Amino acid sequence: MDYFLELFLGGLTRGSIYALIALGYTMVYGIIELINFAHGEIYMIGAFTALIVISVLTMLGWNQLAILAIATLAAIVWSSAYGFTAEKVAYKPLRNAPRLSPLISAIGVSLFLQNYVLLAQTSDFLPFPNLIPEFKFLEPLGGIVRSTEIVIYVVTAIVLVILTVLIKFTKLGKAMRATAQDRDMAMLVGVNVDRVISFTFIVGSATAALGGVLIASHIGQINFYIGFIAGIKAFVAAVLGGIGSMPGAVLGSLVLGWTESFFTGYISSDYEDVFAFLFLVLILIFRPSGILGRANTDKV
Amino acid sequence: MKHRISVLALTAMVGVFLLFGGTALAGDTIKLGVAGPHSGDLASYGIPTVHAAELVVKNINAKGGVLGKKVELLVEDDVCKPEVATNTATKLVGEGVNVVLGHICSGATKAALGIYKEAKIVVMSPSATNPALTQSGDYPNFFRTIASDDAQAKLEVDFALNTLKVKKIAVLHDKGDYGKGLAEYAKKFLEAAGPDKAEVVLFEGITPGAVDYSAIVQKIKRKGAEAVIFGGYHPEASKIVTQMRKKKMKTYFISDDGVKDDTFIKVAKKYAEGVYATGPKDVSKNPLAIKAREEHKKAYGSDPGAFYDNAYAAALALLNAIEKAGSTDYDAIVKALRTNLVDTPLGKIKFDKRGDAIGVGFAMYQVKDGKYVEVK
Amino acid sequence: MFTLKELKKSFLIALWFMFLTFPIMVIRVNTVEQTIDWRWNRLVMVGVFSFFVSWLWRYLLQRKEMGQKRAEESESPTLTFQQRVLQNPKFTRPALVVICIFAVIFPFYFSMYQVNIMTTALIYVILGLGLNIVVGLAGLLDLGYVAFYAVGAYSYALLNVHFGMGFWACLPIGAGLAMLFGIVLGFPVLRLRGDYLAIVTLGFGEIIRLILENWNAFSFGPSGIANIPRPGFFGIKMSIHQSLIYIYFIMVAMVIFTIFVVRRLQDSRIGRAWIALREDEVACQATGIDKTKTKLSAFALGATWAGMGGVVFAAKTTFINPASFTIWESIMILCIVVLGGMGSIVGVIFGAGILILLPEYLRAFSEYRMLMFAAALVLMMVFRPHGIISAVRRTYQFEGSPGEKASS
Repeated sequence: MDYFLELFLGGLTRGSIYALIALGYTMVYGIIELINFAHGEIYMIGAFTALIVISVLTMLGWNQLAILAIATLAAIVWSSAYGFTAEKVAYKPLRNAPRLSPLISAIGVSLFLQNYVLLAQTSDFLPFPNLIPEFKFLEPLGGIVRSTEIVIYVVTAIVLVILTVLIKFTKLGKAMRATAQDRDMAMLVGVNVDRVISFTFIVGSATAALGGVLIASHIGQINFYIGFIAGIKAFVAAVLGGIGSMPGAVLGSLVLGWTESFFTGYISSDYEDVFAFLFLVLILIFRPSGILGRANTDKV
Repeated sequence: MKHRISVLALTAMVGVFLLFGGTALAGDTIKLGVAGPHSGDLASYGIPTVHAAELVVKNINAKGGVLGKKVELLVEDDVCKPEVATNTATKLVGEGVNVVLGHICSGATKAALGIYKEAKIVVMSPSATNPALTQSGDYPNFFRTIASDDAQAKLEVDFALNTLKVKKIAVLHDKGDYGKGLAEYAKKFLEAAGPDKAEVVLFEGITPGAVDYSAIVQKIKRKGAEAVIFGGYHPEASKIVTQMRKKKMKTYFISDDGVKDDTFIKVAKKYAEGVYATGPKDVSKNPLAIKAREEHKKAYGSDPGAFYDNAYAAALALLNAIEKAGSTDYDAIVKALRTNLVDTPLGKIKFDKRGDAIGVGFAMYQVKDGKYVEVK
Repeated sequence: MFTLKELKKSFLIALWFMFLTFPIMVIRVNTVEQTIDWRWNRLVMVGVFSFFVSWLWRYLLQRKEMGQKRAEESESPTLTFQQRVLQNPKFTRPALVVICIFAVIFPFYFSMYQVNIMTTALIYVILGLGLNIVVGLAGLLDLGYVAFYAVGAYSYALLNVHFGMGFWACLPIGAGLAMLFGIVLGFPVLRLRGDYLAIVTLGFGEIIRLILENWNAFSFGPSGIANIPRPGFFGIKMSIHQSLIYIYFIMVAMVIFTIFVVRRLQDSRIGRAWIALREDEVACQATGIDKTKTKLSAFALGATWAGMGGVVFAAKTTFINPASFTIWESIMILCIVVLGGMGSIVGVIFGAGILILLPEYLRAFSEYRMLMFAAALVLMMVFRPHGIISAVRRTYQFEGSPGEKASS
């Protein structure tokens, strides 16, 4: 039973991290139907920015919790800035271009950001200090799950709640939904579409940055390449759950995380990715729009 | 107006093509080719070799060069991919390279060796540890300044069974060429020891770059493994060890020279304590090695990285062989490598008939108080 | 363009970029060595650079938009310069002759290295043309194309290792196996649309690679298969240089063959069915085209070319391992197709040329190579979203009075 619980929690950790990145993917896709390949890199930049801030502030001898807070804030601010800039430079001019052009542009941005960080920083794996405090009341559970992981779960849940509130109950959220439904119509009713799209990118990047800081603390090291792999996994998760749907992104991420964890634990770690993909194919055969995806009706 | 720009662009493109497309530069120099990953995610394994070559060449040129000619460095990137490595090899051969220091990854080396063999060029690698490269006999032009993987695996297995006296061992790898190869050798040796001496409770590969390894760590715990033998590199090793120690597992962790790197200790920090890893025999007391490290610190402002000592030794060995052979003729160089001892940061070495360096072996190290210390 | 307003805008943008790149560019951290490097000169460089580039950027974007507007507002379909040039037989015929002569004498005047790269580029031309069938003509976004490439390469390698079969025997077998896999992939994705299709094909590509990596007994795992023989020419023993030239000519022949077949396919019934499928799936069905057969044939035919390319790749590199068949390969081939211009054969050839030759010629810039390449990708997409040479839609114009033939 212990074993099962451990695997379950391990899967929950993975799923939460994928979720934080997948949310960004799904939000951008919902609004401009673009698979933002560069999203994984935004997550990586968040982690790097946090590391840089942590290093500087540690040298100045600040309090640990304060450093964590400022570093996270910095990660969010700069990741959002990168996301915003990428949109303005590489995606906005392609709004009316054929569908695949912004995709290739996104690939270019992804490659560019990877090499940018590689050249500006280093190709080494850099250790990332875990500044998340060890909560005393969680000590007894120490053998099964640690504070960092609990923090990850809690943060993911809070983010999901905030985003849902944002989308469902605020004016901006309504504008986002309108733009996602029909961009031209939204423009006609007075929605500033450019601003809405920028805002979406900012929110998506912020969530990814948060994920970056959390996972860096959990794993303990970062490298310029982590964005690519995490990005692919998160993208799979978003599609699994139904791309364009936010609860779908989270559900898909959790399902993916658990699938990988249980498969490794009970069968073999060798083929865990193979199994995850096969599982995806199976789900999509029976539900071609993902688990929570809306079936797209084509009008002729 | 528009098409004038296009024509201009076209002409420019053709011009650039012709400029860079030209063939070899003639010159009266000894050309040392350095091939390996200099960009991409494995760059940290290839760049120290470039630094080593640069420093050796600088020193030798300052003393008058080799056979009275200056040594010229031709550095090419192969990003550890076999098909790029063949491009790199053809490029170097086309530019008239005399000897090659590289490649770094066994797969890339394998792919490129055929081309060098045809062109009769001696190749020496500081890091390609795949045993077949020297043991198969297919590549008489290949030498290396590092022992092969089966020696490492044997050392790890013997250490686990005879020194640590454990029986249940979990063998893990990173699904890569190097890591999996090592793990398979380890598994072979463990199984050869017999079921009453050793039991392989787990043999699996982990996915590098995953976000969490708790599942596999749990599995290790569940199978009751007393020791883990891991084939792979330090990033994955540090992640696994960290998770293992966080879960308060006391399992021994034994790994290979991909992990015997100071970076491993700096990344895993307190969790690195007690980890065992095989590595090239300790050369930190060797005066040439100390000097080489100082040089690197002065020139590049940081400690040297992976395979630096091996690359330094290889560069010295190659250039020394040309000097002793009196020419850049292939057979002469090979003979010189096999007969002359050369003083390097790895000690005095020369090469055997198959291309392995004599006097270069592996030793077991353990992390004690934040440093790798040789276990006697 | 030289107004104060523009200058101010560029200045603000420069400031923004200086802020944006501040942490990563200026503060170089190494937590392994515990060092922090402050490089303020980089900040200044970024500022100056972005000031000028943003100016140039906006100028070029404006020009592009004006060009687009002119095209939209004119009545007859305007063709871009490249399309007009390509349609003009006075240009194409002599150009074709020049290219043929160049192709034939190329390997004898350039070094082995150049021939090697050119052969790689030709392999990618075939891959691009194959993917063009799936993505460009049929509009099915395939992100796992590399799987078929791997199937071709490994079938040759394994058949050679186990049964000693030679290149020429394995070429059709490799192509056939790849076609089979193409059909196998086609089945589960029949009901999927757009980006769901993309993800499943991506998964398929990864599954094939992971199986090759982990199933040692079958595929020799990550260590790969070495010493794959190069193609033989009636048993004559050839040096490496001669072998490479031989492979080069084989590739040239294959490219010509591929272009011929793809052209015929494009104009055939199945080709038109693919284009209809791409344009509007529902309407396509409504006109009586069997969607299933069309989709499956697209995948199958596209995969065949990849299989052939794979066999040649294995023969040329003489060593293969799963690391050559990652997602990045699929992405690169997709870039070739989109960059070149979807559905356009000449475009794909150009795209392959640029994407493969450019990184090689940029070797001079070593460290910045990939960065420049990535920037080039974005630039080319922003300024040429339809690809360098996009396909010309076949139009038929009716001249009006009866008795006159329709021009096409």
